[in-house]
Amino acid sequence: MSVPQLLVHDRKDNVGVVVVEGLKAGTDMLCVVTEDNSDFRLTARHDVPIGHKVALVDLAVGDTVTKYGQDIGRIVAPVAKGEHVHVHNLKTKRW
Amino acid sequence: MSHHNRKIWAFRRENGRVGVRNHVAILPVDDISNAACEAVANNIKGTIALPHAYGRLQFGADLDLHFRTMIGTGSNPNVAACIVIGIEPGWTQRIVDGIAKTGKPVAGFWIEGNGDIATVAAASRKAKEFVHQTSGQVRVECDISELWVAAKCGESDTTTGLASCPTVGNMYDKLIPHGLYGCFGETSELTGAEHLAAARAATPEVREKFMKTWQAYQDDVIEANKTSDLSESQPTKGNIAGGLTTIEEKALGNLEKIGKKVKFIDVLEPAEAPARGQGLYFMDTSSAAAECCTLQAAAGYVVHIFPTGQGNVIGNPIMPVIKVTGNPRTVRLMPEHVDVDVSGVVRREMTIDQAGDALIDCIEQTANGRLTAAEALGHVEFVMTKLYRSA
Repeated sequence: MSVPQLLVHDRKDNVGVVVVEGLKAGTDMLCVVTEDNSDFRLTARHDVPIGHKVALVDLAVGDTVTKYGQDIGRIVAPVAKGEHVHVHNLKTKRW
Repeated sequence: MSHHNRKIWAFRRENGRVGVRNHVAILPVDDISNAACEAVANNIKGTIALPHAYGRLQFGADLDLHFRTMIGTGSNPNVAACIVIGIEPGWTQRIVDGIAKTGKPVAGFWIEGNGDIATVAAASRKAKEFVHQTSGQVRVECDISELWVAAKCGESDTTTGLASCPTVGNMYDKLIPHGLYGCFGETSELTGAEHLAAARAATPEVREKFMKTWQAYQDDVIEANKTSDLSESQPTKGNIAGGLTTIEEKALGNLEKIGKKVKFIDVLEPAEAPARGQGLYFMDTSSAAAECCTLQAAAGYVVHIFPTGQGNVIGNPIMPVIKVTGNPRTVRLMPEHVDVDVSGVVRREMTIDQAGDALIDCIEQTANGRLTAAEALGHVEFVMTKLYRSA
């Protein structure tokens, strides 16, 4: 298997994690779901640093972000599929 | 190969516990005895002073924790013998008596009425005696599953949840059924995954104890003192730089450390020694690396596994801390801090099962005496947990 650019924990997740350095906008990413080793492709819409998240679908304000198949917070600014998801558009529901 | 049949070469202590280091520790009862302890450690090679910031005018549960940490540190099987120095004899003797229950050589000295110079002279003579008594001890064959192995992650990022934390979990799933004692903590940092952690309690009683402990940390520490949503504290600036956005996301990655199968059998107070036999324990700790490691060492854990994403450099003076990372950038930029490189997991070149085996190999080598990266680099962070202000 070739080296993936994006890993997704769970089939239910709506974000994945960039696992290569220097990912550029426009890259046609090989995405692997670690739960079952299935794969798909997705085009990155931003330059995204290693370890940072990318939206797998369009996300609207108030949507729940799911990773590990679990709730990790809510969207506070709209995100399009393939865009960078981080502190500028995702917040905790705790504290 | 079968993991539980693995042998290590280690030190069998007077109380039957297995240690992997042979320190002569010079332990201050209180902050003002640090100078004397450091002078003794400077005089007598093969000893290590454990300076810290506390031990005066503490009271109640906070004082209990101080004694538990002091006595537990001296009692740790990685400590062959211990010198205790305090400002006065009362609390000094209490710690000496606590450590003496292990059967190991221990002696106490106090400064009031003697002064630093006479105290250092007397303690140095005893320390030299202890070095000669212990430094020739020969390692004996023990089972790897006799080890007490704690875990805590730090400077986490999204790769810790993908690679290094599941590696620790895989090791626990393989070794705990054969007798290993495990330990995880970081009470605040399970927020967002507390329901999943609770589901891993072995009994309803343990589950209830866990939820009570987690809720108390939320109410008494976080909610009572917070001034914001804790952004930049939990997750830390380093976590955020590494791609972690929320406490929930961080907690879910953190919890990967306890594997898929094992259940935890008790909830420990900070620095409390496990008392329900072999198995996995949860300890109520801060999520700050040095505090958590110091508490786990004081509970008797002899090896520590530390998964990191962005490259936390933590060590401990008496307990070897093994660094595991799955972040290829950290492996590239900070290789001298990495004991086990599992970055192959995110490239899909290495399975979690293979990563777990690589970690078990490293535990075996570390137990046999191989210095960890943190030991070679001189990391001796000894940080006591304090529950509230002193009287």
